Amino acid sequence: MGGNHADHHHAPDGHGRALRLGIGGPVGSGKTALVAALCRTLGPSMRLGVVTNDIYTTEDADFLRRAGVLDPERISAVQTGCCPHTAIRDDIAANIDAVEGLEERFGPLDLVIVESGGDNLTATFSRGLADKQIFVLDVSGGDKVPRKGGPGVTTADLLLINKTDLAPLVGADLTVMSRDAAAVRDGKPVLFTSLREDRGAHSVAEWVTGLVHDWAHHHRAPAPTTSTA
Amino acid sequence: MNAMLLLLADSRLPAGGHAHSGGTEQAVASGAVHDVASLAAFLRGRLATAGLVAAGLAAAAVTASGAGWAELDAEADARTASPAQREAARTQGRLLLRVARRIWPAPALDELAAAVPSPHHPVVLGAVAAATGCSPRDAALAAAYNAVTGPATAAVRLLGLDPVEVHRLLAGLAPALEDTAATAASACAAGESARLPAHAAPALDLLAEQHIRTEVRLFIS
Ligand SMILES: Nc1nc2c(ncn2[C@@H]2O[C@H](COP(=O)(O)OP(=O)(O)OP(=O)(O)O)[C@@H](O)[C@H]2O)c(=O)[nH]1
Ligand SMILES: [Mg+2]
Repeated sequence: MGGNHADHHHAPDGHGRALRLGIGGPVGSGKTALVAALCRTLGPSMRLGVVTNDIYTTEDADFLRRAGVLDPERISAVQTGCCPHTAIRDDIAANIDAVEGLEERFGPLDLVIVESGGDNLTATFSRGLADKQIFVLDVSGGDKVPRKGGPGVTTADLLLINKTDLAPLVGADLTVMSRDAAAVRDGKPVLFTSLREDRGAHSVAEWVTGLVHDWAHHHRAPAPTTSTA
Repeated sequence: MNAMLLLLADSRLPAGGHAHSGGTEQAVASGAVHDVASLAAFLRGRLATAGLVAAGLAAAAVTASGAGWAELDAEADARTASPAQREAARTQGRLLLRVARRIWPAPALDELAAAVPSPHHPVVLGAVAAATGCSPRDAALAAAYNAVTGPATAAVRLLGLDPVEVHRLLAGLAPALEDTAATAASACAAGESARLPAHAAPALDLLAEQHIRTEVRLFIS
């Protein structure tokens, strides 16, 4: 099926393209801080691209560009028309366009990170957009949040609980959060970070590196001359 | 009328349309649209101008092929004065073409993609309508419908309007949608793309240009 030239659209099975990692979670939990930390840690050894989804403006993309963690051209901003979760779950067309645009311009890439706009506990990425996803919570909403569950908390491939430095200030008990998260996540990993203090970011980067190697192993790019799958 | 047309016109078709307001966001920001009555006037104006132009292009695209794709796309450009609107129309066209090629694979769609990588949205809409077995009039109706429903939904979100009131307004526009489709289909039956409807809407052009210069906005257009 499909054309064989001037056709950069990737096969839905993921062969010949980068791993797509979604980073979701409530407003202000530290998604952009995580993207920045991953770019800093993984940038030297991997070919990266980043897509941000902002509610207003291009705040997150601008922040990342200013932070100088990645070539600004490799950061692409998507606007979501009042509905951040629609753009990552129900109608992913603009995000796919942005991801494929990056791969077309800079490919082959090893990893494309898609940061969702800040949303609620039910917002998760479509499998059509993200191969793996991280859900970022912070402790400032209180230690009850993991217990409340929701698809982000229960199904994300990695749950991150950020801003542990604030735990004493808001009276959040990290052992409670850890226990409650484990109870609803069926063995999937949970990590605690304080990205402000650069604590824990390395474990996340290690987890991501493992995914990227796995992905490369199973989705090796096809030989450059034959593009029909 | 067929079931494919319903799927194609449905706002749930995952082709990126939800992030566009067709000038509504800026019309709200300027105060021109602030309630259901002013929204009604805005939508009628939109339908009579941009809507009719889109309907004509979509109808013509149903029978286009070969060199006709680039020609029709150039006709769309000639009818779109605002660069911001061109950009929005091409982005939406590219996204629709990408998803349509997965949903309704057809040689004509591959041909269009090869001829024009980011065609204007109405051109793609007509091409996809043809691939699903729709007539030029069906394609025109889908384009006319699209010209008012996206902006109406954006107004509901931006102003917190009663969604039932707004849908009542859309129902009231149904005869005008039919008329628009009929006019567009007969214009395209003349067979000459230069003769397709070419109504300008300077207010919409200005809204689009102001919108793209606004720093804080929710919608792409
Ligand atoms: N104290 C503390 N602050 C943090 C930490 N991580 C991030 N922040 C701060 O929290 C604020 C929000 O962080 P972002 O990374 O922008 O959060 P986000 O999830 O991307 O936010 P949105 O995209 O707006 O939803 C910023 O002021 C960060 O500096 C942390 O570990 N501890
Ligand atoms: Mg952010």
